Amino acid sequence: MRTINELAAQETLRGRPAGFDVERVRQDFPILRQQVHGKPLVYLDSAATSQKPQVVIDAVTRYYQAENSNVHRGIHLLSERATELFEDARAKVARFLNASDAREIIFVRGATEGINLVAQSYGKMSLKAGDEIIISAMEHHSNIVPWQILCQETGAALRVIPINDDGELLMDEFKKLLNARTRLVSVVHVSNALGTINPVKQIIEMAHSHGVPVVIDGAQAAPHLSVDVRALDCDFYVLSGHKLFAPTGIGIVFGKAHLLEAMPPYQGGGDMILSVTFERTLYNVVPFKFEAGTPHIAGAIGLGAAIDYLTEVGLDKIAAYERGLLAHATDALAAIPGLRIIGTAKEKAGILSFVLDGVHPHDIGTILDQDGIAIRTGHHCAQPVLQRFGVPATARASLAFYNTREEIDALARAIHKVTTLFG
Amino acid sequence: MSDLRELYQEVILDHNKRPRNFQKLEGANRTAEGYNPLCGDQLMVYLRMEDDMIKDISFQGSGCAISKASASIMTATLKGKTKAEAEVLFETFHKMVTADLGVTFDQLEVGKLAAFSGVREFPVRVKCATLPWHTLHAALEGKREAVSTE
Repeated sequence: MRTINELAAQETLRGRPAGFDVERVRQDFPILRQQVHGKPLVYLDSAATSQKPQVVIDAVTRYYQAENSNVHRGIHLLSERATELFEDARAKVARFLNASDAREIIFVRGATEGINLVAQSYGKMSLKAGDEIIISAMEHHSNIVPWQILCQETGAALRVIPINDDGELLMDEFKKLLNARTRLVSVVHVSNALGTINPVKQIIEMAHSHGVPVVIDGAQAAPHLSVDVRALDCDFYVLSGHKLFAPTGIGIVFGKAHLLEAMPPYQGGGDMILSVTFERTLYNVVPFKFEAGTPHIAGAIGLGAAIDYLTEVGLDKIAAYERGLLAHATDALAAIPGLRIIGTAKEKAGILSFVLDGVHPHDIGTILDQDGIAIRTGHHCAQPVLQRFGVPATARASLAFYNTREEIDALARAIHKVTTLFG
Repeated sequence: MSDLRELYQEVILDHNKRPRNFQKLEGANRTAEGYNPLCGDQLMVYLRMEDDMIKDISFQGSGCAISKASASIMTATLKGKTKAEAEVLFETFHKMVTADLGVTFDQLEVGKLAAFSGVREFPVRVKCATLPWHTLHAALEGKREAVSTE
């Protein structure tokens, strides 16, 4: 973290981070060249889904043009090639997250399916009536509902870590919630609605001191921070490829090998078995035990290409650049009369949720769209946290390293236009 | 800005700021709740029916300018109308906000509802404009389940 702060300080002094050229980066994203309603596209909705660099698009195209075949089963050359590419992608993810073994990486559809996998496999195996699962007040619906379903099925209860008015977890309250009945903690690394970066390392340490495993929802963290699952010592980490500049429909569950080995399968089908008779089925080894059916091969290859790309650009440079951009955006928005930023944690990633006096976020979204500016409006699939702040919806501008200060200034100008129209 | 002025006409901005019949209706004998899960809009429509006549109507809830103004103008338009007249107006309104751009509407037929003719240029906002009407329809039909735009 210190490295990022130092780089950010350097960035503030010079105006630009060393070795990061945003204009060059933008050239890598063909979609950014277009106009929307006659204005240059200003894409500030990367927390919903990120744009894809040409190298990712090319990797997916090349796969379908020259490599398409099913994995893990064919004896022919194409199948061998596809299998190699697919498993290479798994190894890239393992290195990206600093997992000790590629076997700890399971391909799923996205973070949502990842949490459902952990809930239905690990959760069902380990929970009984009276047990408790701890989540936080700032979770996305995907880290609430799978646990509610599990609670209904097992008779376990859900406990929620409260947050303060800045959108930071109350760690003392978390400490109080941990007890002999706690079986699992599942918290978000970076909040999609508030941008808060949670102290996940501390959360994991505290949970582990009670012998409780921890699931981290990293959907919004992976695009902004470097994630080291071994340094964190988390038991499970899930993420979505499409938020990480890769295709939709591909995601990851990292799980510690000894946990994955003890867990029952999530879904049954082809590829997850060693042998099947009507009397008895032998399951395949980890990770294949959890990958029933033909996977999203092109998606996994695209994810591998995205990881290569991010590594080449440099995760530290990206983090430093985004920190400067977030500071600029926070200042620009805070200067607008009647605008209130929801989520003002000290540790934040590039997400700016806001409300404007007398104007519904949906109207803000429509007016900004006319200026070519894409933001998200609504409850961001995190209704409980918005209820905590007493608002039914917010407007949300979310940043990626391909955004510029000029785009932030265009956003601020367009919000002024909203204020004028509704004034 | 010109397209935006088409959408956010003065009448709409006015009804958004000062919505009419914006309260719970005492003595209501029909109510219905509507949701737009996409944007979190939520509203209640209250009716006091006498036979087939809408004697009084009101609404409450939170939503964007389009849905709020639509609900406000709807309630102002329907007071004293019969159920059948209300259904005809809903149909007219629905046609207007989903019509092709070239189609024009008889001012007498649509009256104040004409303020919403610009909505058709913003397809994602059609649901905002029609949510109050769908909710009204449910209330008139005496449906128990909440109405959703999805």
